[in-house]
Amino acid sequence: MSPQGQAMAFKLDGAAGAAHVTTVGRDVRETVGEVRVNDPRVRCTDVNVHYGDKHAIKNISLDVGKGEVLAMIGPSGCGKSTFLRCLNRMNDTVRECRVTGEILLDGEDINSRHIDVVPLRARVAMVFQKPNPFPKSIYENVAFGPRIHGLCESKADLDVVVESSLRKANLWDEVKDRLDDVGTGLSGGQQQRLCIARAIAIEPEVILMDEPCSALDPISTAKVEQLIEELRQQFSIVIVTHSMQQAARVSQRTAYFHMGDLIEVSETDRLFIKPRHQLTEDYITGRFG
Amino acid sequence: MTNPGKALPEGATSFARIQAGMAKRRAAERRFKMLGRLAVSVGLLFLSVLLISIVSKGYTAFWQTQMRIDVVLAAEDIDPEGTRNAETLRKADYSSLIKQSMRDMFPEVSGRRDKFALYGLVSNGAAFDLRDKVMADPSLIGTKVSLWVPADDDVDMLMKGHIDRNAAEDDRRIKDNVLGWINQLEAEDRLELRFNIDFFTKGDSRDPELAGIRGALMGTIFTLIVTLSLSFPLGVAAAVYLEEFAPKNKWTDLIEVNINNLAAVPSIVFGLLGLAVFINVFGLPRSAPLLGGLVLTLMTLPTIIIASRAALKSVPPSIRDAALGIGASPMQATLYHVIPLALPGMLTGTIIGMAQALGETAPLLMIGMVAFIADVPQGVFDPSTALPVQIYLWADSPERAYVERTSAAIMVLLGFLALMNLVAVLLRKRFERRW
Repeated sequence: MSPQGQAMAFKLDGAAGAAHVTTVGRDVRETVGEVRVNDPRVRCTDVNVHYGDKHAIKNISLDVGKGEVLAMIGPSGCGKSTFLRCLNRMNDTVRECRVTGEILLDGEDINSRHIDVVPLRARVAMVFQKPNPFPKSIYENVAFGPRIHGLCESKADLDVVVESSLRKANLWDEVKDRLDDVGTGLSGGQQQRLCIARAIAIEPEVILMDEPCSALDPISTAKVEQLIEELRQQFSIVIVTHSMQQAARVSQRTAYFHMGDLIEVSETDRLFIKPRHQLTEDYITGRFG
Repeated sequence: MTNPGKALPEGATSFARIQAGMAKRRAAERRFKMLGRLAVSVGLLFLSVLLISIVSKGYTAFWQTQMRIDVVLAAEDIDPEGTRNAETLRKADYSSLIKQSMRDMFPEVSGRRDKFALYGLVSNGAAFDLRDKVMADPSLIGTKVSLWVPADDDVDMLMKGHIDRNAAEDDRRIKDNVLGWINQLEAEDRLELRFNIDFFTKGDSRDPELAGIRGALMGTIFTLIVTLSLSFPLGVAAAVYLEEFAPKNKWTDLIEVNINNLAAVPSIVFGLLGLAVFINVFGLPRSAPLLGGLVLTLMTLPTIIIASRAALKSVPPSIRDAALGIGASPMQATLYHVIPLALPGMLTGTIIGMAQALGETAPLLMIGMVAFIADVPQGVFDPSTALPVQIYLWADSPERAYVERTSAAIMVLLGFLALMNLVAVLLRKRFERRW
């Protein structure tokens, strides 16, 4: 846990008194805060998502910087997971889901119809809420990505990639003697780290994590959070979380979603200490959520 | 049940109310369990009645009465010119040699009618056995050989006790004089029950003692090979496409409804379809296992598609997400992860479909597989029949000896079914163990 995180945890408990004054009232739905960053990895502009008649994401613009962890928080059903799934077009698999707007990955519009989603998802990999290793061996789980993308010439190369991915996911020492065991036989936390290893084995640029710790116990959560901090050196990470403490601990920037609107984006420290929007303050002080 | 605590005083605790109701709940529990056991026992009872009746009627068919006869193979009767030419040997009149040997055994028999009855003691197949023996070893010509040949089915029935020796002569198929000859043969140790190899190596015959199951069994095997090799890939491919790739719109809904309807279509309709399309339009050979396999494929496809779709549906979506989330194409996700997980279910559906096809008779009647075919088919183009059709044909035959053969054929069919299920279970185990 980073020093700022500890400070935050303390603040969150006692901040209900709202020592400061927010500047934006509850009725305003314009995004406040720093939406843009210099030299972004992902730049989203006016993204809208419709599920049939339901307008799930309303005009969201947001950047993801290089080497940063962006946390997305908000009450259930606020659209944060939907937005996350726009970033690698996983919403394509959902019927009646329409995504409009511009999503640039390294300057290329990935929301265009002409983009092939298969190589896109190799660049923007995803880790899901419930650990979902394939019911195959641990080795096969990690090797699957490099194999289908043709990243490894030989079995020896593949062995190297599997080992380094498992090492990066802090799982190597626990599984090195049983790589042939089934991945689903691991504990929940190990399974989730295996899923992360599987994602980083294909060397993506961005890793999307949809509440990766919600099914894990506190110790496994701590391990995954530590892993996220380490992975930030190499990848941009976007993480959706229900836990404000977790957002405070792992992220550099935090975005607060509310009913399909992006309400506020700030440096994480600032958002939790000095929220500028009344809705953000209501949420982080526990008035609803 | 509306108020289990009615008898309790006002203000009784919840726990007391719960306690008061427990006896009733336990009794209900017990009743429920008893009902389940009863259902299982009734099912088992009927099954065992069925099996016992079939086996007790049919097991005797695996034995056949054979008769030892001494035949003089005079050279002038078989091969007067002494060429030992195969054609000459084949055309020789062996049945008159056998008749001669019967007359030698019972020289006192005279009169046309009695002689006819005497010749009837031995099966028509005896002449063929003798011919095969001579052709295999021409040096036997000029000697007297002693060989075992099948006895007539009436003799067989008498030996097996299906004809009552003590019944009045008018009620008995075997008349007194014939019974006397049989007694004499028995006394000379010329009659013996032997294992009925012919039953497993020969095709159908008009003579029960010569009729075998092999033709029907081979026909069924060829038919099922055609059915399996067409319906499994087609069914799985259709299911995978519909479940994993096809857009969900009114066209696919229509297809789904139609597949479900097809599964409920009476099988004889598929037979008519086969007759109209495969025979009349495409001109496929009638009575052939190829044709039967095609028709049964039509019948089996819906079952396999429905079962495979259910198996695919039961694969958790998280597996697809996992594969897609790291950039697998939909085909890769399906091929490497979804299908292997669905395979045990698909195999179960396939085996159910194949078991249905194995027992199907009606559509085969329509495409000529009900014809009398004495030869064992050698391939999918040869005319043949199938096990259930053979059972139907034998059950329909008037001779008493076909009764036990019918039951024996049912036993072979059930054995084949059990074998198929065993293979399916083993296959499923194998695929499941990999996970």
